[in-house]
Amino acid sequence: MSEVTFSEVTKNGLWTNNPALVQLLGLCPLLAVTGTVVNALGLGLATLMVLLGSNIIVSLIRRHVSDAVRLPVFVIIIATFVTCAELLMKAFTYELYQILGIFIPLIVTNCAILGRAEAFASKNSVGMAALDGLMMGLGFMIALLLLGAIRELLGQGTLFVDMNLLFGTGASDWVLKPFGDNYSFLVAILPPGAFLVMGMLMAIKNVIDEQLKRREKAKTPVPVKGAKRIRTTGHIS
Amino acid sequence: MIFKSMGKNSLLLAVFALLTALILASTDRVTEGPIAEAERIAAQKALLEIVPLERHNNDLLVDTQAIPEKYWPLLGLDDGGKIHIARYNNQPVAAIIPSISSEGYSGDIAMIVGINFDGTIAGVRVIEHRETPGLGDKVDLRKSDWILSFNGKSLANPQLDGWNVKKDQGVFDQFTGATITPRAVIHQIARTLQYFSDDNERLLISIQPDNSVIANDGQDLQ
Repeated sequence: MSEVTFSEVTKNGLWTNNPALVQLLGLCPLLAVTGTVVNALGLGLATLMVLLGSNIIVSLIRRHVSDAVRLPVFVIIIATFVTCAELLMKAFTYELYQILGIFIPLIVTNCAILGRAEAFASKNSVGMAALDGLMMGLGFMIALLLLGAIRELLGQGTLFVDMNLLFGTGASDWVLKPFGDNYSFLVAILPPGAFLVMGMLMAIKNVIDEQLKRREKAKTPVPVKGAKRIRTTGHIS
Repeated sequence: MIFKSMGKNSLLLAVFALLTALILASTDRVTEGPIAEAERIAAQKALLEIVPLERHNNDLLVDTQAIPEKYWPLLGLDDGGKIHIARYNNQPVAAIIPSISSEGYSGDIAMIVGINFDGTIAGVRVIEHRETPGLGDKVDLRKSDWILSFNGKSLANPQLDGWNVKKDQGVFDQFTGATITPRAVIHQIARTLQYFSDDNERLLISIQPDNSVIANDGQDLQ
């Protein structure tokens, strides 16, 4: 296994191989709960914690688990983290727990998590695995937050509504209403809106990638094709 | 050979299962208290909105009555439920009744209906629903104060056929773009009032004998 570098892992998680926008993993919770920023943040944080924890533990035990039982062991570890996250959310952010409902236990089926355990953590050092978990989790969370913010803004004309569910009563006046009180645009809140906004985000990412590639190309000097020579021999008639 | 690796692998799995079970058990132990407290507060919050602390001084969560099974269909309850009784210095003030409408646009609409012992409505709250965001979800107090229009209404005011949306010659507003949801809620509130008028004698009588006990409880908890 070739050595991976700090910046590679970071860039991979946040951009090049973003679990939501490129790998398209974990779309079910991604699309279902991103009606508002607070929902997105809640699910994003829970996923981040699970991913970080499972990557660390998987990397720690990678030399002691034989191939035959590798997957069941990984699944047990992930399920444990998810259940702990669920219990903790239920204890300390009860209302948010009720809103997110079934999507917290469903984190266990988010292929991004098992995917990282299998593809990265089981082959790399603890430090790198932790970094990978953090960056992949952040990449997922940023995509969730973008989706949540855009849908909340387009759909109900607010931003940061109900933040008190996560940050205590002091946060209830964080809400912004740029379009006034009576704005609403139903499609953005409903499931089709989730797909539309998600598609837009992916398109934007691809456009940026394309631009970057073009700029890269422009920088490297193009080798001149077959240097031109004038033929000086032969008949000229 | 194969038995050896089988033995080793199953041992490994068992160790992991045991370790994770331990972790889960301890997390459960630690969060048990906070979860019970959070659930209590959440349950109490809705009740307190309907009958505020100025109007009662008993513990609403403890002072409950079971609902007889024959009334379950009327209230839309599959597994029964509890009625919370609010009292002020022992005098019953209001009953808060769980009620579920199955006429919702998408799935059940669960609500609690507070009814004063004079038969008027103290307040209604929808506590769980999956109605269309932006249209049907206006039954939720966070989205619109439509649900407050029931306060003070009773079976006599309006008459029974008035318990409908305006579109169906009733007296209550529907929302733009959504008739099914408000209709479902209105009908279910009317049914709950019906239940209350059928059963309120039992509710009143059954609480008289243990008045003193409950009063003590109430004072301890205040």
